[in-house]
Amino acid sequence: MPMDFVATTLCALPATHVWLGSGLRGTGSTFPTPRALAIVLAAPGHSQLAHLTGLDVVMIAVYFAMVLYIGFYLKRLSNTSEEFFLAGREMTAWIAGLSFISANMGSLELMGWAGSAYQYGILATHWYWIGAIPAMLFLGLVMMPFYYVCKTHSVPGYLKLRFGESSRILAAFSFATEMILMSGVNMFSMAVVMKVVLGWDITFSILVSSLAVAVYVGLGGLRSAIYNEVLQFVLIWAGALLVPILGLVEAGGWHKMVAKIASNYQHQDYVHLWRDTAHFSANPMGVHWTGIVFGLGCVISFGYWTTDFLVVQRVLAARDLRAAQMAPIIGSFFKMAVPFIVILPGLLGLVVLHNSNGTLMHLVGENQVSAANPHSYNEVLPLLLVRYCGPGLLGLGITALMAGFMSGMAGNVSAFATVWTYDIYQPLIRKKAPDHHYVSVGRWATVLAVAASIGAAYLVMHAAGIMDYVQALFSFFIAPLFATILMGMFWKRATAAGGFWGLLIGMLSSVSLFVWVQLEPTALSIVALSPDAKSMAENLYRGLWSFLIAITVTVVVSLFTQPKSIEELHGLVYGATPLPFQEPVPFYRNQWFWAGIVSLIFIGLNILFW
Amino acid sequence: MHRSEHSSEIPIWFFVGVLLTMYGVLIGGYGVYAWMVGRVAPVALAYLHAPIWWGALLLVLGIFYCVKFAPGKSGKSGKPSKH
Repeated sequence: MPMDFVATTLCALPATHVWLGSGLRGTGSTFPTPRALAIVLAAPGHSQLAHLTGLDVVMIAVYFAMVLYIGFYLKRLSNTSEEFFLAGREMTAWIAGLSFISANMGSLELMGWAGSAYQYGILATHWYWIGAIPAMLFLGLVMMPFYYVCKTHSVPGYLKLRFGESSRILAAFSFATEMILMSGVNMFSMAVVMKVVLGWDITFSILVSSLAVAVYVGLGGLRSAIYNEVLQFVLIWAGALLVPILGLVEAGGWHKMVAKIASNYQHQDYVHLWRDTAHFSANPMGVHWTGIVFGLGCVISFGYWTTDFLVVQRVLAARDLRAAQMAPIIGSFFKMAVPFIVILPGLLGLVVLHNSNGTLMHLVGENQVSAANPHSYNEVLPLLLVRYCGPGLLGLGITALMAGFMSGMAGNVSAFATVWTYDIYQPLIRKKAPDHHYVSVGRWATVLAVAASIGAAYLVMHAAGIMDYVQALFSFFIAPLFATILMGMFWKRATAAGGFWGLLIGMLSSVSLFVWVQLEPTALSIVALSPDAKSMAENLYRGLWSFLIAITVTVVVSLFTQPKSIEELHGLVYGATPLPFQEPVPFYRNQWFWAGIVSLIFIGLNILFW
Repeated sequence: MHRSEHSSEIPIWFFVGVLLTMYGVLIGGYGVYAWMVGRVAPVALAYLHAPIWWGALLLVLGIFYCVKFAPGKSGKSGKPSKH
């Protein structure tokens, strides 16, 4: 697809910052959408940022060879359904934990949040700390025992056990659709990034990366996806960590960097997490602390980290309950550290990036890119990469970006294959079949998911207007699903009808609020409770309202319908489920001890950067 | 749908080690070569010779993982951590 067509088509549309719903999977506030990047490409004077040498190409080729080899190697260990879809439930806590984080850490998220940090400062860190850590600990300590004890293969599978088939089917179809569309959007976005940074052909980028994912996930199933995600996690750090290190050296250390930011941008505060969130108008994001704490911290992040099967599937592959509980806790340590390779480069961009004439470089919004300001916020990470990395290191950095994309896509594809096989194909098409039949269905579902993702990528290319709606799918679904599962796990009186109608009406209310604001922008002040609120605040409050509506509907409908007996709730609900006995272990291997350490660091970081 | 009893023979950490070792050799080797022949890439902070020490770091980590999690070593079959 010629890029100029994309640019021409997309430039006709207003460029907006799209927030994907959770801050959590490619959910940057300034996510580099294809539309935005196409606008950047079309800007006068814009040229590709970097040129690869032969050494860089070798680095990328080595990576592809390795991931494909892993896929072929693990094929022989993925013969049964348990092996293919849940990696045999043999993963250690470390492998499950790193995979859990890696599936979330897409390259677009790295670039998008670095851009957000350049634009909004350290406020963007909320999506990594309060928008992740409490939810990850809650998953490990509180929810994992239920997922693990009921031996569900998927999150929709839990809904089936707790609320019946209708809730499962609703969740499964929503999730499967979301996976395909998001996979396609991410695939296209990544291809556009490669076009912007390296000048690569869009179709070439899409085909090479998606075929590699199809081969290694199709052959080795979830085990191969997990192994590659661990590999990709290491690569992302190896490729991205050098940028903030060298940036801090050039800036003269943290304190000098902060002083230079204050000097360069005297009317904007970039280095405080909470201080300026008492009023919507006091911070550049236009958010209020209540939205951050209750919308992001209590609803959206919990919804994503505890019910999105993309990440939960990795933890379900753990070899025992203690490993399953430890995995999110291990992941939370690394999640807290991610701002070092994402947010810090954004801040460094405010200080170290200069034009050729020595003046400070000003990155701008995508719709403001011009010959005078040829680069947008979202290019801050590639610009720093090119600034510090010569041959070899540049190849490593580009490989890290590709690894991030592939880990995210493999997560989408493997989760789709599982939900398709267990929650759609098995209950609706063929209930009783030999085990190997379901493995074959899973392999074909993987191929189907990749093909459909490519189709979705080209659909986005031809109809960019759907981008906003596709990305908003997350926020439509996550908060109500969290409400439904929360009520199912912790309220014995919740009934099948209550769960189904709570989920459905919660989703519809989220869609309604989104459409209302799209049609009538002034409605934002009602949804987000302030005329000073910006689009970021709308997403936070929309999640909060749809969660509360789902809870209310579940409660009301449940009170008027017949609940299940206590015996039927065994293994599914708190209070009706004796938790499995776990052998005592030394304190340094106990999940509560490490959760306590994480909590202390989390609190300390928030105070330190208050 | 039944469970499997076996686990992988080559731990993921060994793959990690191999990749880091190869990258360490490539990046570090280039860094040393560029320094020796005086063709250091014109990037910011080039005088720090980042490819040399970053490549060396990757190489050391890679060799550590390759040795510690080499296939066939007892107790390391796909279960490198007891955490």
